[in-house]
Amino acid sequence: MSASAASLLQVKRLRKFFPIVKGVFRKTVGHVRAVDDVSFDVREGETLGLVGESGCGKTTASRCILRALAPTDGEILFRRKDGSIVDLAPMTRPQLRPLRSEIQMIFQDPFGSLNPRMTLFDNVGEPLLVSGMRNRGERTDRVAELLKLVGLRAEFMHRFPHAFSGGQRQRIGIARALATNPRLVVADEPVSALDVSVQAQVLNLLLELQQRLKLTFLFVAHDLSVVRHISDRVAVMYVGQIVELAPTEAIFSRPRHPYTAALMRAVPVPDPRVAAGDVVLKGEVPSPAKPPAGCYFHPRCPHATDRCRSEAPALRELAPGHFTRCHLAEALTLGPA
Amino acid sequence: MTEPLLRVRDLHVTFDLDEGTVRAVDGASFDVMPGQVVGIVGESGCGKSVTMKAILQLVDEPGRLGGGEILYRARATDGEEVVDLAKLPRRGTRMRAIRGAEIALIPQEPMAAFSPVHTVGEQIVEAIELHQRQWRPEGGRLSRADARAIVVDLFRDVGISMPEQRIDAYSWQLSGGLRQRAMIAMALSCKPRLLIADEPTTAIDVTTQAQVLALLRELQRKYGTAIIFITHDLGVIAQMASEVVVMYLGRVMEKGPVDAIFHAPKHPYTRALLRSMPSLHGATRVALPTITGALPHPFNRPAGCPFHPRCEEAIAGRCATRVPRMQPIDERQAVSCFLHHDAAEAS
Repeated sequence: MSASAASLLQVKRLRKFFPIVKGVFRKTVGHVRAVDDVSFDVREGETLGLVGESGCGKTTASRCILRALAPTDGEILFRRKDGSIVDLAPMTRPQLRPLRSEIQMIFQDPFGSLNPRMTLFDNVGEPLLVSGMRNRGERTDRVAELLKLVGLRAEFMHRFPHAFSGGQRQRIGIARALATNPRLVVADEPVSALDVSVQAQVLNLLLELQQRLKLTFLFVAHDLSVVRHISDRVAVMYVGQIVELAPTEAIFSRPRHPYTAALMRAVPVPDPRVAAGDVVLKGEVPSPAKPPAGCYFHPRCPHATDRCRSEAPALRELAPGHFTRCHLAEALTLGPA
Repeated sequence: MTEPLLRVRDLHVTFDLDEGTVRAVDGASFDVMPGQVVGIVGESGCGKSVTMKAILQLVDEPGRLGGGEILYRARATDGEEVVDLAKLPRRGTRMRAIRGAEIALIPQEPMAAFSPVHTVGEQIVEAIELHQRQWRPEGGRLSRADARAIVVDLFRDVGISMPEQRIDAYSWQLSGGLRQRAMIAMALSCKPRLLIADEPTTAIDVTTQAQVLALLRELQRKYGTAIIFITHDLGVIAQMASEVVVMYLGRVMEKGPVDAIFHAPKHPYTRALLRSMPSLHGATRVALPTITGALPHPFNRPAGCPFHPRCEEAIAGRCATRVPRMQPIDERQAVSCFLHHDAAEAS
């Protein structure tokens, strides 16, 4: 993918393998290829949705970008506030420290991600303290401002998380992520633990905050309708690889990878007049420890040919900005969702 | 006209806690006809799971049934008899004969539902031996080999490949999809007439979910089992249910045929719920219509209609003070809302 001037983040050939160890001597007998050659960029101010089923490597990839994990291989190029481009992949913890305030995270579980023994002031204010805001009065003002930003009352800052509902807690988590004025926010399944009525509120809040604060989101989720709703572009992962990446409108109206098409067809349509589709995908996701030869998707693909069984396809640009990892992309007519 | 298989009437379940009493189910009523799939939809805390536990008499302390009837048409030696499950002793022989054999449960988390130290086969064989009358109505003992053969057949039925090997597997050796299939086999093992599926696909991926839903549809057609399908996912409800019950804070807000619920919803809550869902076809990156406010804390139930503080169409002076009664719209659809009638519950 070409280096665009507007990219805030460029991930190049990212790999993360976890060793499988066996026996008393902890001998490495193999590797789980959790993230296997993933490349994409995130442009300033956009939302890139990263979708896939459990075990596809979407969370591992996002954790590598946050450098909560050390990647096995590849580059993670981040453009700093001053315009300089740094590679996060080989950095050590002390080197990463000054960068932490620029990349923040919103977690999935609004119950597990807040410290129950700390008040909202301490929960939301901690990143400020870590990034050097020592003055308590200053922190109080900032926390009050943040709580108002996410639609909570400033007086709440002296309460503990247990006093709040799931949706409110997720707002608190968002306030904490925004405390240090980050430019890139990685949100890992931020609404999947919420009820439908509350989910809509949080999605609206994220869209509003993005416009107001010029935020860039990497939005990791498994729910296709949520990803479609919030993303400018969508990347679909399968067994550690990106199989398709395209603008939201393009990928949903005309998917160019059989897995994307099948994933969309599998989402139950909330309309009883639409007949339930046939089960397109038989079988199960292969293990990333023993991926099949050729295209990783071929054992489940209804279109697979001999070439798919032996030769691994590369991610290639089919139409401007529309990438797919399929030998047959030109020949296939895949239906929209 | 056929009689309902299950009639829940004015069911109340309360939890007496130190902080106060939680009315988890507060006067729910609905019917399940034989062979019908009834979807119960609602957000967390709406009482959908507690209602199902009450039907199976599995509500644990400090919860208790605080009134109402659960009339179930049970098999009896000479035909059928209607029993009120709410009146049966929880641990009595009658309830134990119904639980598992007549009314079976598919739980949300198959990982937690299977014992990890017994093979899945052993656990299903145990259930079959316990309820062997379902397989040997004329009497006579079922041998272990017979029970095993039944399990192998069931595994084949639910689409588990290599059933002879998988029967000796432990639940943790199976993938999420296979584990849920084994759970379905276990639920069907005693030929129940009513199956309660409590969010059976919430913990699994969308492509596996599509397989499991297709399997449930197929088995339902084949055996004519009635299913109560509990979920928060309106897409799943639309694809599975023929009748829908919408619950909010322990009360039934609206019930009716699936087409009416999705295309002619009457209750403001049902309408708001349908609007607030992102879809695969609507506009993207625009604000979604939301339901204002949050679900109230269970100790702070609003007076009157439980939805009135979040309702855009609440009628001043009425919805906040009086509880609307379930009122029929037509033969099959009913709604509990003052916008559609004036009748309040005497309370």
